[in-house]
Amino acid sequence: MAAERIGTLSLQPAVGPVAWLRSNLFSGWLNTIITLAIVYALWHAIPAFIDWAFVNAIWQTPDSKACRAAAGEGACWAFVAEKHRFILFGTYPFEHHWRPAIACAILVALWAVSALRAFWRWWLILVWAAGLAVIGTLMWGGVLGLDFVENERWGGLILTLLLTTFGIAAAFPLSVAIALGRRSTMPVIQGLCVGFIELIRGVPLISLLFMASVMLPLFLPAGVTIDKLLRAQIALVLFAAAYLAEVIRGGLQAIPAGQYEAADALGLSYWRKTLLVVLPQALRISIPPIVNSVIAFFKDTSLVLIIGLFDLLSTIKVSLNEPAWTGFGLEAYLFAALVYFTFCFAMSRYSQNLERTLARAEEGKRR
Amino acid sequence: MKLSFNDPRFRSLVYQAAAIVSALAFGAYLVSNTLANLEERRIASGFAFLAREAGFAIGETTLIAYSAADSYLRALTVGLANTLRVSLIGIFAATVLGTLIGLARLSHNWLLARLAAAYVEFIRNVPLLVQLFLWYVLITENLPGSRGALEPLPGWYLSNRGIHFPVPEPHPAYAWMLGAFVAGTVAAIGCAWCGRRRQARTGRRPPVLEIALACVLVPPALAYFAGGAPTALSVPQLTGFNFTGGMTLTPEFAALGAGLVIYTAAFIAEIVRAGVLAIPYGQFEAAFALGLRRPLAMRLVVLPQALRVIVPPLTNQYLNLTKNSSLAVAIGYPDIVSIANTAMNQTGQSIEGIAIIMAVYLTISLSISAFMNWYNARIALRGG
Repeated sequence: MAAERIGTLSLQPAVGPVAWLRSNLFSGWLNTIITLAIVYALWHAIPAFIDWAFVNAIWQTPDSKACRAAAGEGACWAFVAEKHRFILFGTYPFEHHWRPAIACAILVALWAVSALRAFWRWWLILVWAAGLAVIGTLMWGGVLGLDFVENERWGGLILTLLLTTFGIAAAFPLSVAIALGRRSTMPVIQGLCVGFIELIRGVPLISLLFMASVMLPLFLPAGVTIDKLLRAQIALVLFAAAYLAEVIRGGLQAIPAGQYEAADALGLSYWRKTLLVVLPQALRISIPPIVNSVIAFFKDTSLVLIIGLFDLLSTIKVSLNEPAWTGFGLEAYLFAALVYFTFCFAMSRYSQNLERTLARAEEGKRR
Repeated sequence: MKLSFNDPRFRSLVYQAAAIVSALAFGAYLVSNTLANLEERRIASGFAFLAREAGFAIGETTLIAYSAADSYLRALTVGLANTLRVSLIGIFAATVLGTLIGLARLSHNWLLARLAAAYVEFIRNVPLLVQLFLWYVLITENLPGSRGALEPLPGWYLSNRGIHFPVPEPHPAYAWMLGAFVAGTVAAIGCAWCGRRRQARTGRRPPVLEIALACVLVPPALAYFAGGAPTALSVPQLTGFNFTGGMTLTPEFAALGAGLVIYTAAFIAEIVRAGVLAIPYGQFEAAFALGLRRPLAMRLVVLPQALRVIVPPLTNQYLNLTKNSSLAVAIGYPDIVSIANTAMNQTGQSIEGIAIIMAVYLTISLSISAFMNWYNARIALRGG
């Protein structure tokens, strides 16, 4: 096998389309069979899908009659067109939909700006604080002539984005503390942190969400209540913190022992050593896996559907309950998949780029 | 030790004592609040409700007989059996599919590699819950009813009531086959052990794989023929509005299984790919230079090294699959979470219900990770 490969490489340098086809698709009988089988399958699947999704699809209709007539032959994207306001904004008062729309735009812009390394400066925190203040004002209202909207009515895309943003923002400092605690030499501190991490990572997120929605009210002293959204957010924060803590621990473990020893030799105290020497390096190494955790967390926020919050997936599911639109679940969930895919794919591409850039920078430093 | 804050040992003791005290105080605060709240709402705590009659029916009782008159404890056991059933089948299928896709991504065939890459990218970036809903509506809304069921293979039917397929009629020969299989497996393990001993002593490698395969396969085949070679099949038949006979996978089970397997396989594919790529090509070349042919080089040189990279993240995926099976509650598959949830809604015993769910998952998680740690230690480098 190896000899064959070396042989073909030396005898036929892969230039030109024919040579490329021979070496990449038709090298040997097994590869030829695989290629032909895939081409045959795609030949049947792709035109059928295009017919269903585009050619025969119904894009606009006031009611679902046209869709029912085309059932099985064409997709009913009219469902999405008809219901997009509810899907994107949930039960937020209809005439105020511009407010969550602008909030979404600001949030996405904040994420995009934070992704650019040129903006990794301390004042980015101020930008975030300002952005979140604007979003809070827009969503709640009650000032500047905006009507007050209680957060029970928030829903749709903005809820998914907010749960993710606040989840990560609150979980990150917590996770750094837990990761440091897990690496601590004090057995009690270490034990508490290990216990927390293992407990949270050992159970499914749903059980944490159930716990937050039914048990958290019991934990609070009489007279104190917190709303459903905040309860779910607390569960999500604890969940994200346990997973992020393990990622950051990986970064801490990757720091060579010499760095710790050097900091000790300079006579730095524990906190100075940690804040000035260890954490800046550890967090830098952890950035790509942290982005991966953010992607996973973004996907996991869809689970709040199960405890009855109106996130993006939940509004789609509820739209399907309307008698006129039952039976178009395939189109509805494909649309949900597309929205989630867009966000996650962008983040994962970004994480891969960042990993490459950081690796190159690291190599440059070593040379 | 000096009783001064400048002594690191004293300081560490003080910090730890403070940590214990505050953790205990926080716990006591929560417990006292909870007790007060329970008193106020007149909820009696405790697990006595487990013995009471559940009073709700369960759709899937393949492994354990159950009726609505049975106790909550029995209902929860059925739920646990359902969780384990979908997880074990899912782990097996996801490992096979994931390995195939991971190897496909490494294929020299451009089309195959691209197709596998597209699969991984698409599946990984869509939440599992969305995929579960997609599979579920695909089966319940887009497949024909029982009367117009699709028949992709003779005797196999796909309808919005689930997947129906033929299974052999029960016969004592199958029990004998199972016994023969277990005995054969034990013999095969013994034979592998003897083979390793012989190789260590004499340097010659006996044909262990062939003998072991024979041990595993031949006795069940003999038992089958000795038992009268039963050939009767129970084939699904359309009677009235539904199928009878054969084996039925409910839409819930099929959707959950398909979703879990397809989702987890994408992650396993990446792990397998990374594991194989982690082995330098020189290892292959060195094995060839020693005169090993490709299958032997793969089995003796490359795979043992790749497994060492693959096993720890693979364990995580198995755990993830098991925990993700709890999403069953969203599509109505009666797993442990779903049944505990019903029980909590009926009895108001939310603390006990959640404690049961968490205890079950913690036990499963810790046992899978203990097993995988044992396996990992076995294949790890010896002697460092």
